[in-house]
Amino acid sequence: MTAAANARARTATARKIRQFVTPEGVDLQLRIASAGLRFGALITDLIIISAALLLFTLFMIWVGVAGGKGIAVTIWMLGFFLLRTFWFIGFELGSRAATPGKRLMGIRVVARDGGRLTADAVVARNLIRELELFLPLMMLGNGTAEDTVSGWIVVAGVVWSLTLSLFLLFNRDRMRMGDLIAGTWVVMAQRVKLDSDIATAQDAQAMQFSDAELAVYGIFELQELERVLRTKDARAMREVADTIRAKIGRPVAEEDDVFLLSYYRQLKARLERGLLLGKRREDKYASE
Amino acid sequence: MSAAGLPSFSTSRFREEREADWIAFDLLLTRLEKRGAKALTSEELLELPILYRATLSSLSIARATSLDKALLDHLEALSIRGYFLVYGVRETRWSRTRRFFLYDWPAAVRAVWKETIIIALVIVLGALTSYSLVAHNPEWYFNFVDEGMSGGRDPRATVEFLQSTIGHGKAAAADKEEDALHIFAAFLFTHNSGVSIMSFALGFAFGVPTMMLEYYQGISLGAMVAVFAGKGLGFDFGGWLFIHGTTELFAAALSGAAGLRIGTAVVFPGARGRLEAASIAGRTAGKVMVGVILMLLVAGLLEGFGRQLITDTLLRYGIGTLMLLFWLAYYYIPRREDVA
Repeated sequence: MTAAANARARTATARKIRQFVTPEGVDLQLRIASAGLRFGALITDLIIISAALLLFTLFMIWVGVAGGKGIAVTIWMLGFFLLRTFWFIGFELGSRAATPGKRLMGIRVVARDGGRLTADAVVARNLIRELELFLPLMMLGNGTAEDTVSGWIVVAGVVWSLTLSLFLLFNRDRMRMGDLIAGTWVVMAQRVKLDSDIATAQDAQAMQFSDAELAVYGIFELQELERVLRTKDARAMREVADTIRAKIGRPVAEEDDVFLLSYYRQLKARLERGLLLGKRREDKYASE
Repeated sequence: MSAAGLPSFSTSRFREEREADWIAFDLLLTRLEKRGAKALTSEELLELPILYRATLSSLSIARATSLDKALLDHLEALSIRGYFLVYGVRETRWSRTRRFFLYDWPAAVRAVWKETIIIALVIVLGALTSYSLVAHNPEWYFNFVDEGMSGGRDPRATVEFLQSTIGHGKAAAADKEEDALHIFAAFLFTHNSGVSIMSFALGFAFGVPTMMLEYYQGISLGAMVAVFAGKGLGFDFGGWLFIHGTTELFAAALSGAAGLRIGTAVVFPGARGRLEAASIAGRTAGKVMVGVILMLLVAGLLEGFGRQLITDTLLRYGIGTLMLLFWLAYYYIPRREDVA
């Protein structure tokens, strides 16, 4: 990776981060959920809703056969309406503010102004969904069902309704029409397990590195190294170890994991010392 | 440690000192998310904000001094979860519901009164347009009302047939099964809710599609009235409409008003930013819409059951008027808002 690519990757992630200062004065740095994750969440929810509807339909057919056909049809219609309209609203009113699909993707709804997410905002953002989701489908359905409507009108209708549906692709904050109107955002909220601290364990065979050998890398490389160490993939470790050895001019003399772990610990100690002195070295291209 | 010596700050020591707090906080949060505030004892509830603040301060320190990505990510995710729980849930669902019915819903409806009047005028205008056109030339009717929807209720129909469709003739009792009633009610409810949600949702396009939709509702209403009035059944048809119509048309007007509120906020945001204006309007409109769906449920019940079971025209008028008075009183009689 080149310096420019590194910088670009960093600004790309930074663009997704929004300042979100709590009353205690700490910036939580919320990350806007990507369109892909949100699409995934929507598809998951739709699949669950369809499955629930299928089960419900089968149950109602059974009830209908057992007697009371009219009652069964009535309950089915009301059930379908409730499911379609209140699935999203009901779950987003909960303490997680996320439907099962959103929970699976590790995202949630929050109020844009940092206040709490109110019920009316949840209702508003989800009633607008009707427009974004069902209007394009309806347009398509109508267009194919009725020959009287000219092809171009159908195309225009579908395009118009698609611009509503795809609205979130055209703004920086990935807001749907509904988010815009309800004043909400969808942000990342996945749980992160606290992994063991790989810098603690004492190691008898630890290697020593000189300051010059440690001075070649910055924070970006350190955290990449941490990622490799945590995934414990032998092939990746070999590759990284070889790269570092070539860079600092060391012969292959010890196990990759021992080498990498020692290097990681000392590099981390060195960079953290720098932080205490107010020096933050983003990557290997940055000057000391 | 290495020959470089122990750094004056070490992530490991920092983590050792505070890890217990994070784990305790995580456990409390998990229980709170799963089972709500009831899952915690009062001591645990008191402990929650303390642990939350401890975690936030850990996050600040870690950001400034540590480079352990796993640790930073964990603290960040934990703080975010904590923030939304500590500042999110303050009210029980029950008290939220109570407040909605007692204050928020009528207040939101009162807030859109101007829009409600405009939409009501649009509906009336639609009805008058089609009424006068159809009354002069019945052929117009077929331009306004879909044949499938009217079910034979058009200018060619006989007086007897028309009478039967509003529940006064012999035919009415014969072709109505018991079952058909609630199916009909459920269908009307879901259909009308769909239309109302649309007219709300279309509001943000400067309110124009909303007005068109409401005007169209008026059009089909006026055309129907003209057909029945033309055969001298105006008064009976009025009762047939009135019993559920006061609730349903009120709800339709409110849904349009909610949409219009958003539309006007987008076009004329006033002193606020456009986004902020839209979101404030959206919240008011959201409350109105929950009310609209409930009203439509009532209207569906009145239409499906009340109208089929009660065939006396005066009684129909009476119930319709009572419903209208009830809604007006509920929404517009001023009350002292207690700060919940």
